[in-house]
Amino acid sequence: MSIILDHVNYIYDEDTAMAHAALIDVCLNIPDGQFVGLIGHTGSGKSTLIQHMNGLEKPTSGCVFYNGQDINDPDYDKKSLRAKVGLVFQYPEHQLFETDCFKDVCFGPKNLGLPQKEVELRAYEALKQVGFDDEYFYQSPFDLSGGQKRRVAIAGVLAMKPEVLILDEPTAGLDPKGREDILGLIKKLHDEMGITIILVSHSMDDVANYVDRIIVMNKGRVAFDDVPTEVFKHYKELEEIGLAAPQVTYVMQELREAGFPVDTNVTTLDAAKIEILKAFGKC
Amino acid sequence: MLRDITLGQYYRTESVIHSLDPRVKLVATFVFIVSLFVANNFVGYVIAALFLAMCIYLSKVPPKFIFRGMKTIFFLLMITMVFNLFLTPGKELISIWKLTITYEGLKMAIMMAIRLMFLITGSSLMTLTTTPNNLTDGLEKLLRPLRLFKVPVHEISMMMSIALRFIPILMEETDKIMKAQMARGADFESGSIIKRAKSLVPLLVPLFISAFRRANDLAMAMEARCYKGGDGRTKMKPLIYQNRDRLAYLVIWAYLGIVIVLGRIL
Amino acid sequence: MKKMIKTDNLVFEYIRRDEEGNVEGITRAIDKVNLDVKPGEFIAILGHNGSGKSTLAKHFNALLYPTEGEVFVDGMNIEDDQHLWDIRQEAGMVFQNPDNQIIGQVVEEDVGFGPENMGVPTDEIWERVDESLKTVGMLQFRKSSPNHLSGGQKQRVSIAGVIAMHPKCIIFDEPTAMLDPNGRKDVIRAARALNQVENITIILITHYMEEVIYADRVFVMDKGHVEMTGTPREIFSQVDKLKDLRLGVPQVTLLAHELRKAGLPLPEGVLTREELVEELKKIKNKENN
Repeated sequence: MSIILDHVNYIYDEDTAMAHAALIDVCLNIPDGQFVGLIGHTGSGKSTLIQHMNGLEKPTSGCVFYNGQDINDPDYDKKSLRAKVGLVFQYPEHQLFETDCFKDVCFGPKNLGLPQKEVELRAYEALKQVGFDDEYFYQSPFDLSGGQKRRVAIAGVLAMKPEVLILDEPTAGLDPKGREDILGLIKKLHDEMGITIILVSHSMDDVANYVDRIIVMNKGRVAFDDVPTEVFKHYKELEEIGLAAPQVTYVMQELREAGFPVDTNVTTLDAAKIEILKAFGKC
Repeated sequence: MLRDITLGQYYRTESVIHSLDPRVKLVATFVFIVSLFVANNFVGYVIAALFLAMCIYLSKVPPKFIFRGMKTIFFLLMITMVFNLFLTPGKELISIWKLTITYEGLKMAIMMAIRLMFLITGSSLMTLTTTPNNLTDGLEKLLRPLRLFKVPVHEISMMMSIALRFIPILMEETDKIMKAQMARGADFESGSIIKRAKSLVPLLVPLFISAFRRANDLAMAMEARCYKGGDGRTKMKPLIYQNRDRLAYLVIWAYLGIVIVLGRIL
Repeated sequence: MKKMIKTDNLVFEYIRRDEEGNVEGITRAIDKVNLDVKPGEFIAILGHNGSGKSTLAKHFNALLYPTEGEVFVDGMNIEDDQHLWDIRQEAGMVFQNPDNQIIGQVVEEDVGFGPENMGVPTDEIWERVDESLKTVGMLQFRKSSPNHLSGGQKQRVSIAGVIAMHPKCIIFDEPTAMLDPNGRKDVIRAARALNQVENITIILITHYMEEVIYADRVFVMDKGHVEMTGTPREIFSQVDKLKDLRLGVPQVTLLAHELRKAGLPLPEGVLTREELVEELKKIKNKENN
């Protein structure tokens, strides 16, 4: 049970003067239940990559397999794939359209052709999962705050009961508390329901705190693919491609250079705290 | 990519025609269209063809770009020809069943076809050699006298140029919303016409909301930058006639004179 | 000394209406705000979404008018119609969405939009456009279409558009909220340079804590009023209070705070990596002695 990309290439505007490669020879295996961070600067191909995972884009060459089946096979049911591999776009609240929140969340399951009762049950569950209060269910989604709108939009995808949830920059534009809440929610979905999560993010601090694995995209290729501590060891190369390591990694590097006996493979605040306290013999 | 679609299919190169003042090109196109309807013999059309050929040559636009526009009007061309061919009364040439082709009809059909083709070619040449921006500027200045009749000329041209700026952005947005709704299982491609029309709601509602939000933001940004309508405004790129523009006007009016003399009186 | 911006008991209320247009109630978005900004200062306004910070900023450019109280820009009352265009010229504004504030279809034409509106003569418009694009490092893109630029580049074009109006003060209304980290850095760098080199007063509204550490003074807004005022160091010393206000502190500050709680004698309000390393070295040296 996994998503496998096998030598995927994708060329934009093929056969035109503007043709350029958006993905080059991408090979990935994302097993069930992982929490993956996907990073790369704007134009690195990460948005194109996630659209290949639920069949919104089709590779120019190479194959994408979901649970062992080629999703671009003409007989493959793409609609059910999109229910299993849920994709939450950037600023998902911009896709809300119904008169109330509950109806909007019903849109996904309804498209799957489920009976009305099941549709409503799923919508209810999904709204509860994102921590949405009953009193707001029948409010217009346009009257909500930014953070609340985003929850409704995420619920709209969750109501399709995905096995894999891909989120493109889910915290963009939110304030610190809003960011923390959404990331906490995503972590909860992963821990409690075992959903595979692919989190596209610009924030190294966020990624380092939550994920088991980081995939770094650069100019259409996979530049790094490993656990966070290993990826952030390459912080110099990351800087060259316009990215960086979490702040604490730099702190540890500088402390090490200043002669402190600390482990530099630290990517989270808690680990950094323990390392520094150890160095002072307080832990 | 969607963001590369531009209205009016401007062809970027440097030529005499490109560097002319947009007002000259607008007037020339108008004069050319008038000349097509003034001329009523084949000498007139030969002159028009020569004039057009000269302009195309000077513009350095590859002819295939110019004639691409022809495909879209092929249908219209056919219909006009058929109508003229069969419905013009006059001396009978051939008669099949109830349909009669007359000598006058044949002449009319050919003339209309030539007029239409020349008209499209001439106006495509204008849009190919003038940026949309330049075109709105030219229109604004040419139509300025209409302000006397309370026509908001400046506002109209500002609206046109804002539309030109936002069309690619909204196209890209449409693409994004469509994909996002497809990720929620929406289907835009199958089903009956009614079902398909209904399936557009999840696309159109967010699109309109976004367009309104953008309009609101833009209005605020324009106000913050001291925009207060056309009065008291200066231009960064004012339209000023150069010698080549004056010469071009001379050529155009001379051309019209020749067409009137040779195409109508002779 | 003349104040660049001064508010006096500023209140802004708007009327909420239901779908039929009946009045549902009145929301007080700004509640008795008193603040002043001196010429040449770099001010940051922090606050969570909905705290009123953007509404406040829109008063500085006469885009909104107070319900009660007064706002002065460079000594001019914003409600004085006679000064409206002077105020908008002196206090420029850069907005959040990079796409929705660019009017021109070519970069240089967009930068010229403000001066055109002000009636600046053509030759001078060209000079101003050149100089503004140079200031933000976008001169090589002058002939480009804005649609082909990245978010950070578009924001820099917007900044150039404001500079071309020769303002004394620029208000940045969450200019980095929609950008990636590189774009964010470029915009903040441009803002700091304008403050230091051109001596333009900067008011930066944001909820990215890292962007605030270079400000001279920080105002923290909550529920329409100014909840905290001080230097970045003073503000970031109060980690728990910031958390209550739905905000945070830069990661380094947070790390120092946590270490302090665990017993290391670190000062509160450590802002940068360098400071933290220095402070830790000091502690170590003391222990060794």
